[in-house]
Amino acid sequence: MNDMNKTIVFIAAALASSAALADEIRNYRAEAVAMMKRDFKTRGGAAADRVHEDGLQAVCNRTSDNPPKALAERLEKDQLEGIKYPADGKLLGDWKEGEKIAQSGRGMTWTDPAGVPGGGNCYNCHQIGPQETSFGTLGPSLYQYGKLRGNSPEIQKYTYGKIWNAKAFNLCSAMPRFGHAGALTEQQVRHLVALLLDPASPVNSK
Amino acid sequence: MKPRLITLMAAALISAPLAVHAQQPAKKAAPPAKAAAPGKSAITEEFEKFREVLEEDNPAELFEAKGEDIWKNRKGPDGGSMAQCDLGLGAGVVKGAYVRMPRYFADVGGVMDAERRVVHCMVKYLGYQEADILRQPFSNDRVTPDHVSVITYVAGQSRNLKIAAPKKHPKEIAAYEIGREIFAYRAGPYDFSCATCHGDDGKRIRTQDLPNLRKPDQAIRAYQGWPGYRMTGGFMLTQQWRMNDCFRQQRFPEPTYLSDSVTALLAYMTVTANGQVYKGPGIKR
Repeated sequence: MNDMNKTIVFIAAALASSAALADEIRNYRAEAVAMMKRDFKTRGGAAADRVHEDGLQAVCNRTSDNPPKALAERLEKDQLEGIKYPADGKLLGDWKEGEKIAQSGRGMTWTDPAGVPGGGNCYNCHQIGPQETSFGTLGPSLYQYGKLRGNSPEIQKYTYGKIWNAKAFNLCSAMPRFGHAGALTEQQVRHLVALLLDPASPVNSK
Repeated sequence: MKPRLITLMAAALISAPLAVHAQQPAKKAAPPAKAAAPGKSAITEEFEKFREVLEEDNPAELFEAKGEDIWKNRKGPDGGSMAQCDLGLGAGVVKGAYVRMPRYFADVGGVMDAERRVVHCMVKYLGYQEADILRQPFSNDRVTPDHVSVITYVAGQSRNLKIAAPKKHPKEIAAYEIGREIFAYRAGPYDFSCATCHGDDGKRIRTQDLPNLRKPDQAIRAYQGWPGYRMTGGFMLTQQWRMNDCFRQQRFPEPTYLSDSVTALLAYMTVTANGQVYKGPGIKR
């Protein structure tokens, strides 16, 4: 066998084995998805089709939350373009209302009553106001958030956008897309922006 | 029967929830909120201490006793009994079976977790109706279904044994691998997977410490204490209930009781915890 033929045989073998390997990996994932679609049922407001991944979830799931940079940037841009800012341009609500929303862990489970506004679940994962010592650590501390960043229109816009759709800034972020998913209303997001940015908010107290 | 168990049963007859709450040292169990600090939370530490005291007289024993009675004495309409039930170590063998499931069972041609196998046997040999069990799979403050008591008995028969779920049969390997995929699968309105909360070391939700269930020494924490006696309400909850409640908080739809998906997830989590010692039915907040 000449060198050329050897090379062709080698390439063919490599392709065959990598195809077999890919098959096996794809199988378990596909089996898992098919199984969940079979086993999970609608209850309350939690519809069965929630186990169908959307495009962004599929990319994050298939890349273990590490998508190629170019792809991530393109998809982040798509998410960014989908953020709906208030028509009146007012992004700062009432920080006291924001604190209540940040405290509430309700919303979108099959035991939550339909039609009742959900909570932000914020303290589940973040340190925020200095009075609340029962806070989670899955996300970064937001204490002094506004003090560190100021309260400029740009920061307001970024903060509103981050709460509305965290994936616009970090494609596979662990944080839910609260506005995008319909988990929080425009008014609720405004109140949370105030909690983080209003100089009178305890978040920014010395 | 141990005297303290009789006392407990008498107390439980009067009021199961109150009997336990009455023993609760209120000052100890309710530390000031300010005490909570980063790291292992003060509330968690206090609860661990409280649990150690309570486990001396764990009300789970009541349910173990009831389950033992059903296992040993109950007869099905055709004269069947749980002595015919093979939990993987031979017909009627209970000792050590709980920590060796999920496993492949040739008679059904698939993998079953402990809870699923127990229910399978109760339907097959004792004449329980699967539809009834699916209608009320979990306990509440009014009802503890019989299968929950039997599962608690079976679990108690693996107390202080090492977890040793097999991963040899191709279907056991497949269940483990599918379970691993389910663990990492992000979906739903919050984009959460199991790994969102249980994929890193040293994280908390509020003051609740979260185990990283991908690591063997932490995976035990999803297994330990189940089935568990829940102090708020005073009833037994199983590991399947715990998986169900995780999916609820993940904002997923509800997994059907005893479904392949939950078995696969349990296969992944249990195999990961292999080698750790199971302490038997426990107590939960």
